[in-house]
Amino acid sequence: MRIIIVGGGKTGAALAVALTDEGHDVTVIEQDGDRLQSICANSDILGICGNGMNYSSLTEADIKDADILIAVTGSDEQNLLCCLFAKKTGHCSTIARVRNPIFLKENMFIREQIGLSMIINPELAAATEMSRLLRFPSAIEINTFAKGRLEQLTFKIPRGSVLDGKNLNHVRNKIESNLLFCSVQREGKFYIPSGNFELRAGDKASIIIEPMVAQKFFRKIGIETHAVKSAMLVGGGTMAYYLAQQLLHFGIHVKIIEIDSARCQELAEKLPDALVIQGDATDKELLLEEGLETTQAFVAITGFDEENILLSLYAREISDAKVITKINRIAFDSVIEKLELDSVIYPRHITAEYILQYVRAKQNAVGNNVENLYKLNEDEVEALEFKIGEKAPVVGIPLQDLPLKDNLLVCGINRQGKIRIPRGSDTIQPGDTVIVVTGQKKLDDVGDILKKS
Amino acid sequence: MNFAVIFYVLGFVLRIEGLLMFIPALVGAGYRERECIAFFAVGALAFLLGLAISFRRPKNQVFYAKEGFVCVALSWIMISVVGCLPFIWNGDIPNFTDAFFEMVSGFTTTGSSILTDVGALSHASLFWRSFSHWIGGMGVLVFLLSVLPMSGGAAMNIMKAESPGPQVGKMVPKLRESSMILYIIYTAMTIAEIIVYIIGGMPVFDAVTVGFGVAGTGGFSVRNSGLAEYSTFCQYAIGVFMILFGVNFNVYYLLLAKKIKQAFSSEEVWSYLGIIAAATLAIALNTLHLFGTVEETFRYAFVHVSSIITTTGFTAMDYNLYPEISKQILIFLMFIGACAGSTGGGMKVSRLIVLLKSVRNELSRIIHPRTVKRIRLEGKVVEHETLRSINTYFVALLALYCVSLLIVSMDDFDAATNLSAVATTINNVGPGISLVGPTGNFSGFSDLSKYVFCFDMLAGRLEMFPMLVLFSPYTWHQAFKRKKKKLDEA
Repeated sequence: MRIIIVGGGKTGAALAVALTDEGHDVTVIEQDGDRLQSICANSDILGICGNGMNYSSLTEADIKDADILIAVTGSDEQNLLCCLFAKKTGHCSTIARVRNPIFLKENMFIREQIGLSMIINPELAAATEMSRLLRFPSAIEINTFAKGRLEQLTFKIPRGSVLDGKNLNHVRNKIESNLLFCSVQREGKFYIPSGNFELRAGDKASIIIEPMVAQKFFRKIGIETHAVKSAMLVGGGTMAYYLAQQLLHFGIHVKIIEIDSARCQELAEKLPDALVIQGDATDKELLLEEGLETTQAFVAITGFDEENILLSLYAREISDAKVITKINRIAFDSVIEKLELDSVIYPRHITAEYILQYVRAKQNAVGNNVENLYKLNEDEVEALEFKIGEKAPVVGIPLQDLPLKDNLLVCGINRQGKIRIPRGSDTIQPGDTVIVVTGQKKLDDVGDILKKS
Repeated sequence: MNFAVIFYVLGFVLRIEGLLMFIPALVGAGYRERECIAFFAVGALAFLLGLAISFRRPKNQVFYAKEGFVCVALSWIMISVVGCLPFIWNGDIPNFTDAFFEMVSGFTTTGSSILTDVGALSHASLFWRSFSHWIGGMGVLVFLLSVLPMSGGAAMNIMKAESPGPQVGKMVPKLRESSMILYIIYTAMTIAEIIVYIIGGMPVFDAVTVGFGVAGTGGFSVRNSGLAEYSTFCQYAIGVFMILFGVNFNVYYLLLAKKIKQAFSSEEVWSYLGIIAAATLAIALNTLHLFGTVEETFRYAFVHVSSIITTTGFTAMDYNLYPEISKQILIFLMFIGACAGSTGGGMKVSRLIVLLKSVRNELSRIIHPRTVKRIRLEGKVVEHETLRSINTYFVALLALYCVSLLIVSMDDFDAATNLSAVATTINNVGPGISLVGPTGNFSGFSDLSKYVFCFDMLAGRLEMFPMLVLFSPYTWHQAFKRKKKKLDEA
């Protein structure tokens, strides 16, 4: 597909790389020549130096023939205007990044008026993910499938757990049968495990499971599943606002520490139920005074990645709190992985993931059918949800007889709202949605899960 | 320096060259010549060797700008060395230096020759000489990019090093498609041109070889007399096609994409056509007394101007007979060259425009010291980076010109010969004036001078920097240090 990205910031650049990797024709419009150069040097794209609101720049980027326009400049208004122009000149679908909470309430109105296909709000998306984690603190990562009926949970196997040293067949037969291990990360390597795979303490395991069963399963293996009761948020930006709003809605006590007094006033005004504290969060005494040792959750979401990492490490050291760290920029994923940070949220990745999911789903018209897409563990593994059509090549054949690709697992079948964790004798029927976890990339169609004959 | 990847790419280039060599071999076989065997043999050897080198993809795929430059420079030297082997083998050009010179001249689309009698060569060799223009015109690696799967960054580094012009732009987002489009336009135009020549009454073999020469803006002729034997119609047609191949290929893409307005608004192309018109007019007026008719005068002026500015180098008569001022105009045209993004050589019209504009800017800055002005090309501001690279390119060109001139002067020819010989090779034109003029050739120079010319031709075709990088100690410093360390450890 022909895709135009307006704005070559962090998100724009990450998107350009991800989309060219998927084989799309990508054109980036960016005002800053140097920044554009560096994107062009790293990926096979067409760079146009100009402003996305400028009609001539859009024409130069061939807006008339484009399929999708993604506006991710720093300003909401620019993004919206740019999408509006694109919609009026071309026939493309438009995606805009809009962060200002002012627009949030009028989300639907704006979408309809401007004809947007999608609005992404990275702060809101990240906040939603964080609140999901705080309501289920044992998980490092949670993704939902089949409209929330099925979850993919990543958790770390603690020392001394009953799972340590057991193989998957044992887990299935003795502990809980209604779940599926879809990937295991051990010492930086990823495995898509088979039945005799042996789990060890320290592994990060991803399971596909129903939310109700999850509670039971975690209780059986001795992991706490209760939602946290109190959370300490460090940094009072937009993300903190969204997160606090969501947590308060679930009755969780929220404490926000913010250095800027004007911002504190604003937060206090908007979030009457939250406890807003004006102070420097890097001040150790202040953190202790505000009860860091006893808080059940600690969320570091200041504007500085380094600060967030340090604060989280400190919180891990002195308390048993669930710790979430926001990292915006840093590219050294492998080092961060070694820091034992608990949950790390990359808002940029989330944005890119959402858009990628949309782009793949957009190919639906051409016969492809991805419903959901999540990138797991540093993009190494993807979890996808496919809709099954009448003529899909996988219909009606027992799973054990399907020539599936290596490194690929069918983890769940959703048949009219009923979830099955599939066995070898199960078959896939038209109308199902199927969840697949794979180390292979670029699956667009359910037919792609089969080996090419 | 990542040698593994460089060798891998070189292997691919060798494979392509081996395959291409079968074409002259088949032509030779068609004429039932014994000389074609050498082409079969070298082609097969090159292909097999290339296959062996590039059999396995190296694990380390790191490919930065320096790898791109070194890779391009090495590829061009390699294809010239391999390409000249059949000449030596089949006895058409027995001396290695001469054969190498001829081949470098071919691939760089220069068209300077050391041959005194072209008619004595076999058809296979003549065909290969002209065919090398066609291959070199658009670039071997550009072709490679349309077939070889490489990461975006790596491919861009190769494209930058090989493509002529100050700025390298893509026409479509995918580099692969971009180079494919370039080659499709190039091939289609070449075929159209050959058909026109055949209609104009040229023998088929001549039409094809001249067609290659014009397309790549090379200029090897298969007749000793150049274009003189062809009909008036053909001479005009050749003149027009030379100009067309000197136009930025992006313009053709825009025409194909039906962006007519954008295509016709190119500042560079209009300046290029303007220079051609002015120079043709000036030379025609100046030489009116030499020829019988106005038509003849105009035709020679037109063919020579378009031949020299596009750096093709075909001649229809001995322009050594022109008055000095006309010859001087031709020398200037050599340096100006064709448009960026075409198959032509020289400095490129766009660079000239930018340089002249920066002189004007500097002047206005002396008069109004606080004035802030940006240089524009095609209505767009020229970035400081681009400006700097154009300036350095110009200085490097002049420096290389001076050094080469000094070395070549040791052969003790007259100044006009030396000055024009270096100018014609560094700008990939072909003929110069005086002894290296249309009727002369380069055979009289010493071996040392010939190698200097070879270097100039390669440096000129690749726009200086790849060759300079290849021979710069900084490039090899690290590689050697690492090797030495390894030896010390052992």
